[in-house]
Amino acid sequence: MTRGTGNIVAPLPFPTAARRELADGQLRANLRRATHTIRDKRLRLVGEVPDWEALRRSGAAIKDDVLARLPELLEQFEAAATTAGATVHWARDAAEACAVVTGLVRQTGSTEVVKVKSMATQEIGLNEALAEAGIAAVETDLAELIVQLADDTPSHILVPAIHYNRRQIREIFASRMPGVDVDSLTDEPAALAEAARRHLRAKFLSARVAISGANFAIAETGTLVVVESEGNGRMCLTLPGTLISVVGVEKLLPTFRDLEVFLQLLPRSSTGERMNPYTSLWTGVTPGDGPETVHIVLVDNGRTETLADPVGRQALRCIRCSACLNVCPVYERVGGHAYGSVYPGPIGAILSPQLTGPDAGANRTLPYASTLCGACFDACPVRIDIPQVLVHLRQRGVDARRGRPSAERTAMRTLSWVMRDRRRYTAALRAARRGSAPLRWTTGRRGQVRRLPWPLSAWTASRDAPLPAAETFRDWWAGRTPPAGRDDTPGRTSATGDDNTAGRGPVTAGEDDRDHG
Amino acid sequence: MRIALFVTCVNDLVFPGTGRAVVRILERLGHTVEFPLEQSCCGQMHANSGYRAESLPLVRGFVDTFTGYDAVVAPSGSCVAMVRDSYPRLAGSDPGLAAAVTDLAPRVYELSELLVDVLGVTDLGAWFPHRVTYHPTCHGLRMLRLGDRPLRLLRAVGGLDLVDLPGGEECCGFGGTFAVKNADVSAAMLADKCGAVRDTGAAYVAAADNSCLAHIGGGLSRRNRSDPGPGVRAIHYAEILASTAEGRS
Repeated sequence: MTRGTGNIVAPLPFPTAARRELADGQLRANLRRATHTIRDKRLRLVGEVPDWEALRRSGAAIKDDVLARLPELLEQFEAAATTAGATVHWARDAAEACAVVTGLVRQTGSTEVVKVKSMATQEIGLNEALAEAGIAAVETDLAELIVQLADDTPSHILVPAIHYNRRQIREIFASRMPGVDVDSLTDEPAALAEAARRHLRAKFLSARVAISGANFAIAETGTLVVVESEGNGRMCLTLPGTLISVVGVEKLLPTFRDLEVFLQLLPRSSTGERMNPYTSLWTGVTPGDGPETVHIVLVDNGRTETLADPVGRQALRCIRCSACLNVCPVYERVGGHAYGSVYPGPIGAILSPQLTGPDAGANRTLPYASTLCGACFDACPVRIDIPQVLVHLRQRGVDARRGRPSAERTAMRTLSWVMRDRRRYTAALRAARRGSAPLRWTTGRRGQVRRLPWPLSAWTASRDAPLPAAETFRDWWAGRTPPAGRDDTPGRTSATGDDNTAGRGPVTAGEDDRDHG
Repeated sequence: MRIALFVTCVNDLVFPGTGRAVVRILERLGHTVEFPLEQSCCGQMHANSGYRAESLPLVRGFVDTFTGYDAVVAPSGSCVAMVRDSYPRLAGSDPGLAAAVTDLAPRVYELSELLVDVLGVTDLGAWFPHRVTYHPTCHGLRMLRLGDRPLRLLRAVGGLDLVDLPGGEECCGFGGTFAVKNADVSAAMLADKCGAVRDTGAAYVAAADNSCLAHIGGGLSRRNRSDPGPGVRAIHYAEILASTAEGRS
């Protein structure tokens, strides 16, 4: 089995990269506005569908069936596509895929290609490989074009330029777009779209080779499907004489009819639309209509390796809708670049380390980039239990490093050893209470500590910490007189009493707010 | 009905008032609460951090301690979610333990589930004359699907003015070891949550999980040091439900 390579390896540990991104206030504001807008649209549109849960289950079941029969379905797809006039190529990893595509473009003699927005080509680093071979790849998706002109990398699966606002986009166009009329260019969306349209129209009319990915590949018929909003993809798929499509092996659906489920799930989950504006389907070559030469490059790049893990393999159900990114509170704060992979957000945190294996770059830090809040699982149209896979990958990481000494492992082991025995546990509670008692005098009525030593300093860097209570629950329980249907502490506001009311100051009526004076 | 209290390790040590509140609520309703002293920790931190082997003895301990009871109640959405959602997976390779988990897990309730679903009460005769906002913690919201149960209980409290928390369903940024491993992101999420809480004008932010509340309350307390402002305090909703008018005299 081959490990995945390409633009899916985080160069920096997630906490380090996240700190860098958090420092950018403009980025935070842009992300917040954009993710909340898409989030609200998605919720509204999903709410219209009475059988949404059944659709999700169908989507998951169809994809699981694909994963269970992958070799058979891939061969079926290859046979059907070949019969229809396409040429099918196979690539084990990013380097092989890039070599195949570069070779195919070279054969045409073209030095420029137009591209349909595609995650697979971003994953394998195709633009960089083509550039090395002297071939210019022109991104035609508006957001990809913005990112390409800015010499930046995508930060979102669906909206790669989500980290920019329209003022920033105007600046990028004004300074980087060849032939743009700077004086008449405003930051109105219509003006920006018109500038991109003029720029791209010339490219569409001159290009002889187009490169795409595919949202779905139908095993039964050999058909590829691209779902998009702008129509620029349709231009690429129909105008040039040669079309090369780079497709991950997990993109298969068994039958044409299965599209019925996914064409309902995908637009609602991704853009919050009932139906996307352009859905293009093609099956090999149709004489007199569209490209005369059709190539399909099927890419593994770590997918077979991922498939071998019974828990982790559900990540391969992903249809790249990005609903999980838009609802993720971590993604919303740090953006896509913090994940160091073309697959950011919750899905990226489980996909990148599985495709590459945990030892690539800092990918082992990605499964910790989550509070396990579960918003991603709720939003996922194919029911990928992302929190479960995150925990599973953490566990795989811990198990793989069992032999090596680690302060965290020692702490976890000790804590587990203490907690599994009543006497040890009770003694530890008492020790914690006594040990912290001197601190109690420093906290005043607030009951909160401002500074704790390492490693708890990571907590008190940005929030106060509660102290152990003056009396543990079990000590209170041991000392109480069992009630006979009466109040055991008359005269109190609540049973909560005199120490930590949830550790954050007493709640005795009449004393309200004194601890904040 | 034999009701056992699983107080949770965090509450036992740091927030015993929450445990006392649960006892008081249930005894006021005429039930006898038992507190098996063998209990310690559900193992959530170990399991969620990837230490499955270290969590398993705690899973076994929990099952052994609570198997004989008709109902087990815990004032913590995340600990109950650990038992109901993660125990079956953790126990998977041990058929005996898996069977015991399958038997016990459905009888382990978060407080609002026990009160509303099992005991069929929402009005507990409580009195708490303050403005309160409620943060539905992630595990209660999305794993246990507590829905409006805690809110129904709070709405029945005398004198209480319940105000909506905008963006309430968003995580506060605690996430167990996440708060330490990804401290900067956690702090950014916390700042937004504290801002939303303060904007409600509430005197208290209530929730069903003291670990999330320690994080939110710690953030509010830190902010109050530099910007005294409205002085919102964090409180477990069980402590509100346990408060009575008689107690105020």
